[in-house]
Amino acid sequence: IMSVFSEVPQAAPVAVFKLTQDFNNDQHPQKVNLGVGAYRTDEGRPWVLPVVKKVEKLIVHDDRLNHEYLPILGLPEFRSSASKIALGDDSPAIKEERVGAVQCLGGTGALKIGAEFLRRFYNGNNNTKTPVYVSAPTWENHNAVFANAGFEDVRPYKYWDAEKRGLDLNGFLGDLESCPAHSIFVLHACAHNPTGTDPTQEQWKKIAEVMMRRKLFVFFDSAYQGFASGSLEKDAWAVRYFVSMGFEMFCAQSFSKNFGLYNERVGNLTIVARDGDNLKRILSQMEKIVRTTWSNPPSQGARVVAITLNTPELFSEWSDNVKTMADRVLLMRAQLKAKLQALGTPGTWDHITQQIGMFSFTGLNSQQVEYMVKEKHIYLMASGRINMCGLTTKNIDYVAESIHEAVTKVQ
Amino acid sequence: MCRIWFRMSQPSDSTGAKGGEQSAEGGSHVSVFLNTHTAALNPETKLFSAFTADTHTSKVYLAGRECLNEEGQTFVLPLVGKLKKQISADPTLCPEYPSSLGLAEFTKRATEFALGKNSLALMENRVFGIQTIGCTGAVRLGAELLKHWYNTRAAWCGPVYLSSPCDDSLASIFEAAGIQDIHYYFYWDAKQRDVCVEKLLADLEQAPEQSVVVLSASAHCPTGADLSEQHWALIIQLMMRRRLFPFILLPVQGLCCGDLQRDAWPVQHCASQGMELLCAQSFSHCFGLYGDGVGNLLCVLKQSSLLSAVQSQADRLVRALWARPSVGGARVVATVLSNPAYLTKWQEEVKHIVERCMLIRERLRERLRLLGSPGCWDHLIKQRGLYCCTGLNGQQVEFLSKRRHVYLLPNGCLNVSAINSSNLDYIAESIHLALTSAL
Repeated sequence: IMSVFSEVPQAAPVAVFKLTQDFNNDQHPQKVNLGVGAYRTDEGRPWVLPVVKKVEKLIVHDDRLNHEYLPILGLPEFRSSASKIALGDDSPAIKEERVGAVQCLGGTGALKIGAEFLRRFYNGNNNTKTPVYVSAPTWENHNAVFANAGFEDVRPYKYWDAEKRGLDLNGFLGDLESCPAHSIFVLHACAHNPTGTDPTQEQWKKIAEVMMRRKLFVFFDSAYQGFASGSLEKDAWAVRYFVSMGFEMFCAQSFSKNFGLYNERVGNLTIVARDGDNLKRILSQMEKIVRTTWSNPPSQGARVVAITLNTPELFSEWSDNVKTMADRVLLMRAQLKAKLQALGTPGTWDHITQQIGMFSFTGLNSQQVEYMVKEKHIYLMASGRINMCGLTTKNIDYVAESIHEAVTKVQ
Repeated sequence: MCRIWFRMSQPSDSTGAKGGEQSAEGGSHVSVFLNTHTAALNPETKLFSAFTADTHTSKVYLAGRECLNEEGQTFVLPLVGKLKKQISADPTLCPEYPSSLGLAEFTKRATEFALGKNSLALMENRVFGIQTIGCTGAVRLGAELLKHWYNTRAAWCGPVYLSSPCDDSLASIFEAAGIQDIHYYFYWDAKQRDVCVEKLLADLEQAPEQSVVVLSASAHCPTGADLSEQHWALIIQLMMRRRLFPFILLPVQGLCCGDLQRDAWPVQHCASQGMELLCAQSFSHCFGLYGDGVGNLLCVLKQSSLLSAVQSQADRLVRALWARPSVGGARVVATVLSNPAYLTKWQEEVKHIVERCMLIRERLRERLRLLGSPGCWDHLIKQRGLYCCTGLNGQQVEFLSKRRHVYLLPNGCLNVSAINSSNLDYIAESIHLALTSAL
């Protein structure tokens, strides 16, 4: 008898995972992995934040901790402190008690729960035809999360101008003006993945004005708060501006990068509602959705974050740890640009220091990328995206020289 | 995972919201969620709220999900506590993103745990396991896999057959995955206070071919009443003849009978008969890891050539659900399962829980006998695991909560571990009163 699964096709591998796999299999002594989406120290190692180590120890030795299931919506002190960190301590929306949150499995989980809610309750009931706009380009999992939540129409909005190597503001605004009313837009709060190119404050203001006027739904994806500029406030500017403009909105937060808690899956879906009554109703439906997805979220990571954010000395230590990571990235950016300029590599390289966060769109074309991978054993995405964290003081010369070769030898 | 709720009606629209009204145009001060209605309160939440608000000094809550110790606290296994400390102090462990499939050592061990090391299916490399967020995550992932790939020509929407009664969230999980066609097969016979396999088989005989049937390997939630090996033999025969697909729940392996093999026997038996199956495992209860959400979705295929493709599709589905699982709890389980000394120690600690639950059942039955309570109470000791279906009716259950401040679930089921020496007498007296008072 045949298997019921005999016609199931092999799924295409995820590009970034394949890249890491190829890197791992490469024996070349000078190989460099610029595809990985996690922070690395100057020694090329993952980094357990000192404050995290401290707090984890507190937790594991705390005998009074209860070992029950967490509530479905998550650890209360985590949810509130996580929302506060995005919206600001003095957020009027929080004061007006119209901010709520759902603890989720990382940023992906937060996007998932938000998407499931919107599909059921936004723009009618179960209106799977509501367009969802994601930036061109964007983190490729955005598409999958919204599509799997049932949205039939996930489309790109203009974002990256490859020629200018910057934001295509006119294209972006054009899409905002011409899209169907009530469309959902997924915005990157800061450190846009993969381009590293964020709108300026003036540009955000323009974007917000159109979205308000055309009644578009704001769904922020905030995976790098603090990590981009080193300042928690600065990195949250766009989110806070939109809140101050009176938007009802969602913000999917991830604490994987800024706490280095990649494997604890700590995320938060912050909900800014019109009023307390709306918030209550929204949360009641969110709870139903969570119940059928993972039921009770894991407690460890949420505890680490909650304790850190709610304890002044620990919070301060965490801010420093975050700044350490951001500063190293900024240093690598500055050094890479300087070296390329010193080598006289053709083209302009200002975008390397103008872009922000973990990623940079170098501008290398796919042939040049292939050269880098095959000839130089430097692994980066076909789009030309590099993870700055993969650069260290030891490999930066080799990388700069290789980019120089790629640009001059390969057209 | 168990939410203990008797599901009588067909699954209703889970949104609770009405109509397709457009969100209000005009002023930007009107919420776009104006028409989002409050979700009906989760019955468990309602019950617990009533209990919390109750000021009676003898009040007791018997409807919780965690396994409690004699002091009424969540059972913490000393070995688990020790290992967590060890793991947290381990400098070699990296805070890296785990694979979307979970910790390899965990899925390998968890899968072996359920199927047994000598499973032919394992040796023939036609089994995969994916770490999930608890049992709910495993059921959800299994449901998504079936929805997308059970019938590759079109999205599959059912039918799925669930036991009557079953964990109340099961139907909603399938619905959330887009599988709306849900049915129930006869399971618990309230009169006999036992499983009625004849009626169960009759119901499954009516199920269309290729239906998916959700079965409980052991420690059935919420009744505690399990199928015998003879029952399973009959069911499997029928399922193979009618081409029904088994989705087996294994929520508390080790904690039901204290015997790892016995608790997982149905899964092993189905596999040994050459069936394809899905199995949702949870390690929350048997390791006291409620806050860690450790689950595994196991899939047994007919051919090893299919493994890569099916696993790759399941992987893709994971990435749109939670991307990757959290590792803490999985590390503990993997450490125990891969170390014979720890495994023995763990089994001892679990045995202690099992024996305590069995003792409580016996003592409750004995108390009722001494009080002269009407009826036969043998089913209390026949059932296994954390849950117990007393057989009390709705009125009696309401009497218990309203007049005696003893909270059971509406279907008369309760969590045996919540009973201890301090409250046993009061509970037995209360049940006696419920049975003998004019209601």
